[in-house]
Amino acid sequence: MLDIATGYNKYKFLGNEFLTWIWYLIENKINIKELINSDYKTITLEIGNSLVLENSPGGKTKEKISIKGDEAGLEEGKTALKKGGVVTSISLLLNIDTEEFKFLIKGESINISGFKTPSFKPENNEEIEGAIIEKAFFTEKIYTLIDALFNKFIEKRSSDTFKDKDFHKIKKWILS
Amino acid sequence: MAFLSSTSSISRYYIEGKFDDSIMDNLQTGLKKHSIPEIENEFGEVSAGWAPFENPYKPDFNKYSFSFGTYFLFNLRIDKKSIPSKLIKKHISIEIDKRLENSGRSFLSKNEKLEIKDLVLDNLMRIIPSVPNIYEVLWNYEESNLFLFTTQKAANEVFETIFLKSFNLKPIRLFPYTMIEKKSKLSDQQKDIIYNQSSLNYLK
Repeated sequence: MLDIATGYNKYKFLGNEFLTWIWYLIENKINIKELINSDYKTITLEIGNSLVLENSPGGKTKEKISIKGDEAGLEEGKTALKKGGVVTSISLLLNIDTEEFKFLIKGESINISGFKTPSFKPENNEEIEGAIIEKAFFTEKIYTLIDALFNKFIEKRSSDTFKDKDFHKIKKWILS
Repeated sequence: MAFLSSTSSISRYYIEGKFDDSIMDNLQTGLKKHSIPEIENEFGEVSAGWAPFENPYKPDFNKYSFSFGTYFLFNLRIDKKSIPSKLIKKHISIEIDKRLENSGRSFLSKNEKLEIKDLVLDNLMRIIPSVPNIYEVLWNYEESNLFLFTTQKAANEVFETIFLKSFNLKPIRLFPYTMIEKKSKLSDQQKDIIYNQSSLNYLK
């Protein structure tokens, strides 16, 4: 195994490619439940109120494109993709069966922030323990789903047919 | 209890290894041994250690639980003294004036000024209280999953150091490379393919 700092820097591009792929899945209405073969009844993903892309037109300097706001259009982001940009962070609305989660995920670290779970306010000690377990359960649920999606992405990315299949579909979407 | 009421930021770890004997004993010993000192260190700039989830200001792991269902939950508390630079500047200036007045001289050497700066910093450090920062640690021991409820790099580094010292188990931060190593089911051949790739260019 590589030294942690080396591994982080050398392969952070995979995290950004992963988020770009997630945007592709959302825009093209790919069935997430079927894709990761999940036991949940429904899984839906939508883009939330933040999308950040990075582009290095000359290879050296980096250009950052931030799209923020509830009603923001994503055309500028699509233009950045057409110029070779990648998604570096994306805010997501995730619905698993009847539960809704919101969070922002960063490509290079897969850290999440602004993680909102279905609300529950405990009123006594017993309820506090229940609320802790529930929050823990939600946290693991989110990361289990992120892991399943990431594994699917790298499985595709490492497959012999990637260039002929998925790569072309994503390219077609980007250039459309 | 920010953990329950507000939005959270999370960084994630894979915990390498397991305890050889009793999980609860090992955990309690590690938490107690590296709990945050109850009495503030007068001269230290930073102090860090574990504190109970239910009461982060009373580091008593006999009184407060760290086990909730199948999860362990406790706090990492980092107390930091932060002296505003303008305050340092003011006190240095006062001290220099005092020294000049007492000695009847019109200037001080570079070494004397440095000595005054150290003295001022020591004095201010002693009187300024620490500001506590609290980050929850949620650990699913069986699954080797751990969530640290912050994404601040400095807190991550303190956590990694104290965790290893406390439990003799290595926390490996999870990001794309370590997720492939520790969480994926890719074969060595598939990993080699991935590791030899460079970033995709959809424009070619």
